[in-house]
Amino acid sequence: MWNSPSEFFAMGGYALYVWSSFGICALVLLLEPLLVRVRFKAIVRRLKQEQLAEQFDKEIGK
Amino acid sequence: MNALLAIIRRDLLVVMRRKSEALTALFFFVVVTSLFPLGIGADAALLRKIAPGVLWVAALLSTLLGLHRMFAADYQDGSLEQLALSPQPMVLLVVGKIIAHWIVCGLPLVLLAPVIGIQFDLDVSSLYVLMGTLLLGTPVLSLVGSIGAALTLGVRGGSVLLSLLILPLYIPVLIFGAGAVYANSIGLDASGHFSLLGALLILALAFVPWVSSAAVKIAIE
Amino acid sequence: MSQVNNFSNHRLINWFKLSSPSTFYPVAGKLIPFFWVLTFVFGAAGLWISFFVAPVDAVQGQGYRIIFIHVPASWMSMFIYLVMAAWAGLGLIFNTRLSAMMAQALAPIGAWMAFLSLWTGAFWGKPMWGAWWVWDARLTSELILLFLYLGFIALRASIDDPRRADKASAILALVGVVNVPIIYFSVKWWNTLHQGASVSLTKAPAMAQTMLLGMLLMALCLWMYTVAVTLMRVRAIILEREAHADWVRQSIEVKS
Repeated sequence: MWNSPSEFFAMGGYALYVWSSFGICALVLLLEPLLVRVRFKAIVRRLKQEQLAEQFDKEIGK
Repeated sequence: MNALLAIIRRDLLVVMRRKSEALTALFFFVVVTSLFPLGIGADAALLRKIAPGVLWVAALLSTLLGLHRMFAADYQDGSLEQLALSPQPMVLLVVGKIIAHWIVCGLPLVLLAPVIGIQFDLDVSSLYVLMGTLLLGTPVLSLVGSIGAALTLGVRGGSVLLSLLILPLYIPVLIFGAGAVYANSIGLDASGHFSLLGALLILALAFVPWVSSAAVKIAIE
Repeated sequence: MSQVNNFSNHRLINWFKLSSPSTFYPVAGKLIPFFWVLTFVFGAAGLWISFFVAPVDAVQGQGYRIIFIHVPASWMSMFIYLVMAAWAGLGLIFNTRLSAMMAQALAPIGAWMAFLSLWTGAFWGKPMWGAWWVWDARLTSELILLFLYLGFIALRASIDDPRRADKASAILALVGVVNVPIIYFSVKWWNTLHQGASVSLTKAPAMAQTMLLGMLLMALCLWMYTVAVTLMRVRAIILEREAHADWVRQSIEVKS
């Protein structure tokens, strides 16, 4: 269908529109899971810190 | 029935003691409608064309102004909880408050809008249509608005959030209401719009009181 | 309720057992990679069809290929809203926290789908009909849907008590679901009344079989993606909201 890679990227003159559309989708769809991972790691880290703090308090309390 | 009238009377009395709040919403309506010619230009033909939309949007916005008052004052001083504990069903309480809100905010709009419509050079039959659509539409605005008012009780930034939540739900009323006036002004028949507005009103009357009372219960528990 | 997770030993799924955050958390964790695999498989197949199999359109040239991401995104934005409202409704009726957490987890991705639908719609409309924004019924309804999503997220965010936030946003979502058909109908009515743009983004090129297949595959890809990301997000939400629970503490200890 495509005679050359450059023809593919040119998209018959509609390159700006086609690639902006697919591009923004790729951007959003890739960023979302990364952001969720960041959120997940943050909560895990916070919970670990709380546990360490509790243990510390317990040892001090002895 | 007595309980319903009692609640309506009580809310109206509260408003009467602080008339300024109700009046400011009406002044807002007048001021906002005056802004459009100032912003767009005083060409009579253009004004006649935008009048239905402008008047209806202004009506929406001034209704929104008064909405948070529906439950907020009672919520803050604890009387909402007391009313919830009474033997009367919550639905009755909510319906009473909606009726009171409409009397204070909606009915004056119905009476005032034709006067503003004259400023926009609307013809007489369109003014009647305007009154009719507002008469059918403003109760829907009070009804649907009560859901938002109940959901945002006691929430930070409640009134702005209320507007954001409710405005998308107001869009069908806006479309049919303004559409009716516009259709009439260009000589088309507006009865289809009126039927749809009536349908929205019936739908709202059938469902909203129960939804709002559920929302109020969630807020006070 | 027993905290022991013996799900893996049973062939038969006890759905009510899954409604506890403690049992759902590990199940979700195991399912996530499976959905990512499906996402890539459907995505690869869909993109292949979109770019290398579907023929050039006579009228719109190569530009029409945006349809392969625009239409699936629109479908997903509406589908996710329904699912979100269903979970929220379940949470309201059965008073289960996990159902409300699922609704909470679905909202952001639904909003993004609506946004992508609008963006790709604009980038499709500009070369085809000369304007970045066309007030046609579908795009306008999509915009309103985005507002409904944002309202749901905003309401959740502004109520401090999580259970009250769950219930209030559930009511909002259910009211929204009932209103979406009404809004769509009224916007269509408005569109025909004012006969504004004579163009409509619904007038897509005549659907060849391959085009339909491409859109279907991309829609499946986005669906699997949504499930994967939502399961990831709900796990984070579960940890955040159930932080005080014993099973969370044990699970964190195991991690460290």
